[in-house]
Amino acid sequence: MTTIAPSELFQTEKEDLISGSEAIALACALADVDVITAYPIRPYDTVMQYVSKLKADGVFDCDFIVAESEHSQFEIVKHASSVGARTFCGSSGVGWFYAFEAITVTAGLRMPVVAMVGNRALDDPGAFGTEHNDALAVRDLGWMLYWVATAQEALDTALLAWRVAEDPNVLLPMAISCDGSFLTHSQAIVNVPTSDQVQKYLPPYDRGKLQLHPDNPITVAPQVNEDWLMEIRRQSDEAMQRSVSVIRDAYEDFKKTFNRGDPSPFIEEYMTEDAEIIIVGMGTLALPVKVAIRRLREAGRKIGFVRVKFFRPFPTEELRQVLGSSKAVCVVDRDYSFGSPSFAGVLFHELRSALYSLENRPMMLNFIAGLGGREVHVNDVNHMVDIVQKAVDTGKIEQESTWIGVRE
Amino acid sequence: MSTVAVEVVYRGIFQKTLARNIVRTIVFAARKEGKIGTAFGRYGDSPERNGIPAKQFAVVADDPEELDETLARYEPTEVDVTINVDDTLCKGVESWAWYGLQPINQLTKPDGTLIVTSWQDADSLIRDMHQKDAPIGLSIVKGTVSFSGLWVYKDDHTDVRILGTLAKVCPQLVSLESMLEAIQEQMDNETKVASAQKSFDLASVRPVEPGEGNPETPYKFELPGWKTMEEGVVIRGIEAGAGFRGGDGGYQPVRSEVFKKYSTRSMRPVINFETCIKCTLCWLQCPDTCFDVTPDGLYDANMESCCGCGVCEAVCPVPDCVTMVSEADFEDNNSQYEMWQEDKQGYNSWMTALVDKQKAETRTHGFHHVGGYAEEISEMTEA
Repeated sequence: MTTIAPSELFQTEKEDLISGSEAIALACALADVDVITAYPIRPYDTVMQYVSKLKADGVFDCDFIVAESEHSQFEIVKHASSVGARTFCGSSGVGWFYAFEAITVTAGLRMPVVAMVGNRALDDPGAFGTEHNDALAVRDLGWMLYWVATAQEALDTALLAWRVAEDPNVLLPMAISCDGSFLTHSQAIVNVPTSDQVQKYLPPYDRGKLQLHPDNPITVAPQVNEDWLMEIRRQSDEAMQRSVSVIRDAYEDFKKTFNRGDPSPFIEEYMTEDAEIIIVGMGTLALPVKVAIRRLREAGRKIGFVRVKFFRPFPTEELRQVLGSSKAVCVVDRDYSFGSPSFAGVLFHELRSALYSLENRPMMLNFIAGLGGREVHVNDVNHMVDIVQKAVDTGKIEQESTWIGVRE
Repeated sequence: MSTVAVEVVYRGIFQKTLARNIVRTIVFAARKEGKIGTAFGRYGDSPERNGIPAKQFAVVADDPEELDETLARYEPTEVDVTINVDDTLCKGVESWAWYGLQPINQLTKPDGTLIVTSWQDADSLIRDMHQKDAPIGLSIVKGTVSFSGLWVYKDDHTDVRILGTLAKVCPQLVSLESMLEAIQEQMDNETKVASAQKSFDLASVRPVEPGEGNPETPYKFELPGWKTMEEGVVIRGIEAGAGFRGGDGGYQPVRSEVFKKYSTRSMRPVINFETCIKCTLCWLQCPDTCFDVTPDGLYDANMESCCGCGVCEAVCPVPDCVTMVSEADFEDNNSQYEMWQEDKQGYNSWMTALVDKQKAETRTHGFHHVGGYAEEISEMTEA
């Protein structure tokens, strides 16, 4: 839609000291996003601040619309996406929930909106710290869901997100989750790619025959009944299944273009090769866990870590492969699912379901930790590992799910 | 392993850009030496409130692995250098979150350094600081506390003068050359580079031994566990009528014992009880209901509650009846009304001296700062 000469800012590769939110705002400029909508809620609002600054500074141009609520904010990008605009928006906590009707129709209509969720505890009580239940709530709706751990990964994943979401074989929205505070408000050294690299990697969004346009008269979203609905759902299911190989290809291409990335787009493995106990978690939890593992390894303990990056599509195959040879899996949830099968966390149940068909299933223990942004320290990690080790040694799980760092 | 951490303790909003300039420049300077770093504000302090003590940090390490743990924390467990950009914070730091009062030197490592911008001398600052069981160094950057109005940055070289001092007192962080290079690159201003160099040359450290300083135990807030906390996200209110003395007894509202916020204060009101016309405006307008009604209908500002916003001074219709004066001149929160009752003449001359001193000073509490600071720069850099 809008065209502008690439900013001088992006002529050469350079490094900058920026937060995860700034990294995503820069990705919006690099990807030349057409329509960005905003409505303030902490910690997501840091992204809209940087986007509006980049626009005001003339780094890039876009239609930047501050809506009157999150619901409108997500409605606007859904409609913009239908006419062929590359879009971005985002929210946090209960703001994300207020947009829920728009969020579910965005996926239902196959609109490749990219959103950033600055993870925040849901009200009540009103709190600002990170908790994953906000973003997780869309897990059944056809949104691809990703958790990043560093500011660099935030920038990189945003570029990947438009590439995958807008792929004609996918056309599904994608949410990038960034832990409030630890990512949204911490500045780290980030490599910022050039416009040329990004243009080479990210083709223009082409909605083809599905684009709403006077030259292509179509009706989008008519009312249907039971005689249509199941087929429509099956299409979304198939698109999500197809996304797995699209993600894989897009990630390989990413690594070639930008010269960085992990072996797998879906999970990050850390010291898993010979690990007897493997910790699994998402987001910035990786940072203290890795520090703890390095120290445990020095003491001769065989502990590893897997960070789940894509929660949707869920990396079942990858996880079976890496966890299948371990003795026990220690799942750390920065979320809760009250009344769930084991009164445990969401990731734990998903993971147990994914591993159920393995012939030799590892023991599985769950830990609820870091809710509302409470810090997870190295000592907390050691404590969890000790509990899991005891289960391994005795062959008995005393308690499936344990709350860590909660005051009795 | 050589991770170096620096914290900047500052007044929310008024000194935010100042703090940000300091921590970011530290990381860029370290980058010049091939190190890696992170700069961040403590999340619990944001969104910032006027004058509330807040913190920003810079952490520098030799490699990314060392930084990992820092990046998932709100604040480091200890720092090599604490930078305090408002000397009244030497009395303690009470953040936006309910942490109780944190001594200014709490995170400063043994043999670490506390840098303070102040016109006060070392002895006077040390009297305010809580005692620590390990020695630290105190380095004073002489100058007027850098306060601007809301969201206005006062570019009076305080940032670079601190950075120059930092390079001297913490050589393991970065060399002076890297610091000056980063300042030039980030700020593009040669006079600021010169100010940093000058501060480096002038910087000295006064050792603070264990046992020196304020012997009081800073107040704490005990957090309940999930079994003892009331369910339903409930906080019990104060009983109706509590604090009401009845008749001519005045009114002294009951205040929460666990939530104090007086470290927010960089200035406090002093009251001339002789000229008060009992108009009630201070009592009505105070956002923290800190005015107690005395039995004779005067108003006594309760210093356990006052956040130092200066609204009382602004609304008082009588000249010099309520005057905001520097918090640095006080060592307790005692009642001014009681002082006046005990010795009216003594109180009046003490109060008048404070008011006169304030009129001669350039200190502000930020809420209604009026510009004009260029002339301050040379005065401070020569000091």
